Amino acid sequence: MTSLHPGSAPPTLSKGDGLATVSVRGLSHWYGTGSMERQVLQGIDLEIRPGEVVLLTGPSGCGKTTLLTLVGALRQVMEGSVRVLGCELKGSSRHERQLLRRSVGMIFQGHNLLRCLTAEQNVQMGADLLPDLGYRARRDLSREWLRAVGLSDHLGKLPHDLSGGQKQRVAIARALAAHPRLLLADEPTAALDSRTGREVVDLLKRLARDEGCGVLMVTHDPRILDVADRLVRMEDGRLWASDTADG
Amino acid sequence: MTLWQGRRIPLAWLLLTRQPMRLAVALAGITFAGILMFMQLGFRDALFDSSITVHKLFDTDLVLLSPRTKSSISMAGFPQRRLVQAMADPDVTGTTPVHWNLLLWRNPKTKGTRSILALGFEPRDPLFIDPAVTALTPRLTQKGRVLFDDQSRDEFGPVATWFSEGRTVESEVAGKRLRVAGLFTAGASFGADGNILTSRETFLSLLPNTPPGSIELGLIRLRPGADPAQVVKRLQGLLPEDVSVLTKQGFLDLEMDYWRSSTAIGFIFSLGAAMGFVVGCVIVYQILYSDVSDHLPEYATLMAMGYSLLTLLGVVAREGLLLAIFGYLPAYAAGQVLYAVIHAATKLPVAMAGDRAITVFLMILVMCMGSAAMAMRKLGDADPADIF
Repeated sequence: MTSLHPGSAPPTLSKGDGLATVSVRGLSHWYGTGSMERQVLQGIDLEIRPGEVVLLTGPSGCGKTTLLTLVGALRQVMEGSVRVLGCELKGSSRHERQLLRRSVGMIFQGHNLLRCLTAEQNVQMGADLLPDLGYRARRDLSREWLRAVGLSDHLGKLPHDLSGGQKQRVAIARALAAHPRLLLADEPTAALDSRTGREVVDLLKRLARDEGCGVLMVTHDPRILDVADRLVRMEDGRLWASDTADG
Repeated sequence: MTLWQGRRIPLAWLLLTRQPMRLAVALAGITFAGILMFMQLGFRDALFDSSITVHKLFDTDLVLLSPRTKSSISMAGFPQRRLVQAMADPDVTGTTPVHWNLLLWRNPKTKGTRSILALGFEPRDPLFIDPAVTALTPRLTQKGRVLFDDQSRDEFGPVATWFSEGRTVESEVAGKRLRVAGLFTAGASFGADGNILTSRETFLSLLPNTPPGSIELGLIRLRPGADPAQVVKRLQGLLPEDVSVLTKQGFLDLEMDYWRSSTAIGFIFSLGAAMGFVVGCVIVYQILYSDVSDHLPEYATLMAMGYSLLTLLGVVAREGLLLAIFGYLPAYAAGQVLYAVIHAATKLPVAMAGDRAITVFLMILVMCMGSAAMAMRKLGDADPADIF
C-alpha cells in the first residue's frame, strides 16, 4: 500500500512500480542539433527510495543539472525512461509535467524567492499549490514551516531584508510547504558560509526524513557529503561510482 | 483562466505596488490618456449637443423648413401659407410660424458687435417646452423688447448680470434700440454664441427686407396618438416642393449631421481621442513588458513549482485590470473638474455623460488588457529549465 498525500497523486501512478520515488533507466540527453550536437547524459540508471537522501557530485558541466531538470519534469525526456512518483516522464505532456511538479519540491542555487513577497507570502506560494485547503489553513501551514526552519521572527520580512542563509531557509520552507514527495536541490549551500550551509543541509535532511520524501541533491561542497544516505558521482554524462556513506 | 481566484496571495497587486515609482508612472500615463479621451470626446459631444440647444426648446411634433436650409446658421425662408395648408391634415392640431436669423448684437458695455441668433414669433403662441420661457413671452408684446439667453457668451456684455441687478439693459441690433425684458436659459452653440427671443413685430423691424409672408421655421403640433412618420408622409404629398417636412428628431438630426459631415470637427476630436488611446497603449505596454521581463526568473520559478502558464497569464491580466481601474478613477475625477472648467469658460454644454464615462472606461480597459496580452507573449520566454 503506497501512502500518498491527499490530492497530490500523480496522474499515472502504477502500483507495480514498487516504492521507488525516482527510477531512471537508460537515460540519455543531447543539447543542440546537427554538428553542434553534444551528448550530456549517457545511459544513466538511478533509483531513489522514499526518505533516501542521495547526493550527486561531479565536476561542473558533467550533466548534473541536466539530470536534475529531467527528474524535476522541467524538460522533455529524449531517450530512456524516467519514472518519478510512479509517473513516466518519457512522452509526457506539458500539462502532466506541470501537475507532477506540484509534488516535487525544488531548491535552487540562488534562493529564487519572489522579491515582492514577504517570507510568509513566499512560503504560502508553495502552500497555495495544495488543493482542498482553505486560505487560513494554508497560511497556518506556511507559518508552521517557517517556524520549523527557525524563522518565526521574520514572517513579514522581504527577501531583501533577509540574510543569505535565511533566504535559503525560506526557500526550503517554500519547497516543503507544498508537501512534496521528492525534493531536488541544486547546490543549496553554494551561496552560504560553511556553518550556515551545514545548518541548512541538516535542516533539509531532518525535514525530508520526517516527511518521508526522497532527496536528490547536487553539490560540490565536500563538507556536507556526510548527510547523504548514498553518494553518486557523475563524470562526462555517466554515473561512475555509487557508494553508501551512512552517517 | 480565472481572472479572480478565491483568497490567494494577491500577486498581481503586490507586483505592482512593491514598485511604487513604476506604478506611479503607469497610472500617470493611463490617467493622462483617459483625460485626453474625456476631453476630446467631451468636446465632440458638446459640439453636437450644443448645435441643437435652441432646437430642443421647441414644443413641436413636426417642423417645416425650406429645402435650402442646411443648418441653423443658414436658415432659408419659405411661404408661411404652407403652414396654413398643413392644417388641412386631420391629425394636425396647431401650427406656429417662427422667424430665425443671425443678427449683430452690440455689447452694451464695450459697444462692439457680435453675431447672435434671434428668434421671432407671436408672443401668445405656444412655442416652448419650458414653462419658464413661456411665462416670459407676454413681456415681448411691447415692441422693441427681447428675452436674453443668460448662457450666452460673455462677449455680448454683462447683460444677465446687469439685468439681475435690476438695471435697465439696452442694446442695439441692426441699428434699432432694444431693451432686455427678461432672461431665459438655452446655451451657446458652435453656430451661435448667444440667443435672443423677440416678437415677430420686433424681428421684422430689425430685418425690414424680409419678404412678406416668408418664415424660416414652421412648427406643427399633432393630435395625441398620431403617428408623426405617417403625417410627415401625408404632408409631403400634400405640400409643394418648396418646403420639406421633418419630425422633431429629424430636425435635430439635420443640424447635427451638418456639423458632423460638413465640418472636420467630429473627425478631429475622434482622432484626438484615438491618439490618447494609442499613447496609453504604448505606456501600459512598456510598463507591463518591463514588469514581466524583470520578474521572468520569478515567473519561471513559479512554473517550476507547478503553477500553470495560465495562472501566470492570469497574474499579468490582473495587473492590467488593476492598472485600468486605478488609472481610470483619477481620469474620471479630473474629467469632472475639467468639464466644469470648460463649461465655465466656454458655456458649451460639456458634462460627464454616463455613456461617455463608460466608453472611456472600456477604452482604458481594452488598452490595459490589450497591452497585458502583448506583454504575456514575453511570459513564453520563462523556461523553468533555465533556473537551475
